[in-house]
Amino acid sequence: MDMPKPNPTILARKSQLLDRLASFLPREALIHDPSETRAYECDGLTAYKCPPLAVVLPASTAEVSETLRICNDMGVPVVPRGAGTSLAGGALPTEDSVIIGVARMTEVLETDYDNRFIRVQTGRTNLSVTGAVEEDGFFYAPDPSSQLACAISGNIAMNSGGAHCLKYGVTTNNLMGVTMVLMDGTVTEIGGAHLDAEGLDLLGLICGSEGQLGIVTEATLRILHKPEGARPVLMGYDSSEIAGQCVSDIIKAGVLPVAIEFMDRPCIRATEAFAGAGYPDCEALLIVEVEGSDAEIDEQLETIMDIARKHDPVELRQSSSEDESKRIWLGRKSAFGAMGKINDYMCLDGTIPVNELPYVLKRIGEMSKEYGLDVANVFHAGDGNMHPLILFDANKEGDLELCEELGAEILKLCVEVGGCLTGEHGVGIEKRDLMLHQYDPPDLEIQMAVKDVFDPKWLLNPAKVFPLASSDTRRIAAE
Amino acid sequence: MILPGRCPGPRSIFGTMKALAPTSEAELAEMVASASEPLRIMGGGTRPIGVPVNGQPLTTSGLTGVTLYEPGALTLVVQAGTPVEEVRKTLAAEGQRLAFEPMDHRGLLGTTGEPTIGGVFAANVSGPRRIQAGAARDFLLGVRFVDGQGQVTRNGGRVMKNVTGYDLVKLMAGSYGTLGVLTELALKVLPASHHTATITLSGLDDTTAVAALSRALGSPFEITGAAHRQTADGPHTCLRIEGFEKSVAYRAGQIQTLLADLGAAKVETDPDTNTTLWQDIRDVACFHDGEGDIWRLSVKPSDAPGIKAQVDGAEALYDWGGGLVWLRVPQNTHADTIRAAVNAAGGHATLIRGNRAGGAFQPLSPPIAALQDGLRARFDPRGILNPGLMGRAA
Repeated sequence: MDMPKPNPTILARKSQLLDRLASFLPREALIHDPSETRAYECDGLTAYKCPPLAVVLPASTAEVSETLRICNDMGVPVVPRGAGTSLAGGALPTEDSVIIGVARMTEVLETDYDNRFIRVQTGRTNLSVTGAVEEDGFFYAPDPSSQLACAISGNIAMNSGGAHCLKYGVTTNNLMGVTMVLMDGTVTEIGGAHLDAEGLDLLGLICGSEGQLGIVTEATLRILHKPEGARPVLMGYDSSEIAGQCVSDIIKAGVLPVAIEFMDRPCIRATEAFAGAGYPDCEALLIVEVEGSDAEIDEQLETIMDIARKHDPVELRQSSSEDESKRIWLGRKSAFGAMGKINDYMCLDGTIPVNELPYVLKRIGEMSKEYGLDVANVFHAGDGNMHPLILFDANKEGDLELCEELGAEILKLCVEVGGCLTGEHGVGIEKRDLMLHQYDPPDLEIQMAVKDVFDPKWLLNPAKVFPLASSDTRRIAAE
Repeated sequence: MILPGRCPGPRSIFGTMKALAPTSEAELAEMVASASEPLRIMGGGTRPIGVPVNGQPLTTSGLTGVTLYEPGALTLVVQAGTPVEEVRKTLAAEGQRLAFEPMDHRGLLGTTGEPTIGGVFAANVSGPRRIQAGAARDFLLGVRFVDGQGQVTRNGGRVMKNVTGYDLVKLMAGSYGTLGVLTELALKVLPASHHTATITLSGLDDTTAVAALSRALGSPFEITGAAHRQTADGPHTCLRIEGFEKSVAYRAGQIQTLLADLGAAKVETDPDTNTTLWQDIRDVACFHDGEGDIWRLSVKPSDAPGIKAQVDGAEALYDWGGGLVWLRVPQNTHADTIRAAVNAAGGHATLIRGNRAGGAFQPLSPPIAALQDGLRARFDPRGILNPGLMGRAA
């Protein structure tokens, strides 16, 4: 994975830059000692590392604005950073860049149950947004697996999803307003406590723009009352084709579960060894969860269980207690940890049309054999968001490259069947060079034209999302 | 009779100029590329919102048909000029629907013609269920469009989760044809519900009504419609619940208990009565007859009654739990009051029916206006797509 060479002019002006930043930032907000910037060398995509020129940890929108204004003025690239949990390298710095991290901005600014929103500073973690309202029975719906650690700023940058978005949608469907600072330091307010912001849908455009259009410092998020209850059903099947058919039949029947999760045999075995959730040893396992009062759950599960039975499950188990529900989810929730325990892995997140699941799983199995690398599958089946985990050995020469090659082939397959490269992780650097498999040059050109409007000098997270060869004229012109 | 200040009637939508009506995306692209004057982009021409565009009409109504429909994947791909009614029928045959419940503007605006699915998304038109299911833009998965230079572009796809590159899909939704001409749309559809109940409270003043709607919307009982309206029998505060039979009955009971302090509620379960009631709310039927300017306000629900109270003599229909306010005021009056009240509280106001020469859309803050103008200049460098709409000077 190539990154642009650092600009020597910027490196030479480091002390001048630091002086200007130090003139208004408190000591603890400016980090530039190499021993301290190490923690910011990479994000969740740990295969790639690079020390930044400096790290700024502002405490306010005003400090973000002033930092951006100075960097813009001096032509210094800026890499925005939330909690650094990106799996796509979205927060990977270059040597000539300043990281602006929102980790110190974690305040809840306003909670309004009558109007069902919460306004927070975006360094706040996803789970602690729910944490701020759950005593009163409310929650914030998007629930990425990393929700304990990931920040709202990153959720907005990547338009994060989660297991329950079949019913509740992803970040963009739950974001009502933002305070966003543009690269030149301009502070903008978009949307708010009302629905559907005025003018063009800039909120929709910002969500998922991977920190390339501005830095979001505050967000107004929709909150909902928690359902009265939830209950999962576990289903085991002999083949992924049958499991895929079952998913499609459930959706067609008019029931809308909050989550439909899928795991294949390699993943089941690994999580069993790790967490001992009591999963059956079968080809395909589904966890289907519905919500409501007990009577409502019974009514929905009656339909779902009927459909499940028609497909001859090897196991069909409805949770009968809180404890059992936890056990059913335990394996799924620890899947990534379990895989990490036995191997290095790369997690992809291509999305496919739900009806293509059986074919895509079969092809992934074949490709896995061709490359000699195991692939375990665990994903959100209801919305077709795959998560193939390619297992490799980071200490073995050439294994990472082989793994990346297989990953690219799998993602191309997702695109071929009518899907996309990434459903919720983002493009970052990881999928940057595959973008031309998804889009034609004019489709990318108009996206880059959007960045031209928000960040004419191409200083915000410039080497991400677009293939370097596609963006180089713009980036070089900026230097 | 077309009253002064009213929206243009059906005749004047197409004006005296014959509309360009391409029957393929390629033909449309060619027409845009070779256009030498401004174009007035339209679908069926039933939603003339905003300052009337002075230009050659171009309609997408010749681009029709369902390209792909996968009920098991909840996805539909359709050509932009396809009538909304055809989409509705196609989905109904499989027990599915457009969950965001798009409004039909014909009654309110006195227009005729066939609303198109492209028009629904170009104006991001959502109905009462927006409060629970989301807006039109939340159901748009992918688009193909022709930009202002005639370049065909696509964005998004036909899968539920997609963060591959920038989300121009959302940007195109609600852009009123100012960034490009939509040619094909991929949509997320949802199962239709089997049963519906409407719980109605009578005689509440606006503030009490909006508070009641908020209480219900803040419950776990999944309200899919929350409106407050004036009827011949006085004010009615209506809450809709949809789903499976037992679940609907259960939640209707819970809502009655929750709001028991506000008087006896009436519960309506007849399907046809419910359909008519919520269609009337969706289409603002109460303002179809008679004169007056119609404003559409999106505000924080608890601010709504106070804003309405500042506008002397205004009549109001509250939807979205109070977050959407339809105001009727006498012709050419109160524009400044409405703008000032909404500006002070936060939110936006659009003049939907009336003399829009002074601007129909909410004025934007300078930095947002600059971004919007910048985007329009990139998507349409010659400024030929609906110039003057959405705020930019013609």
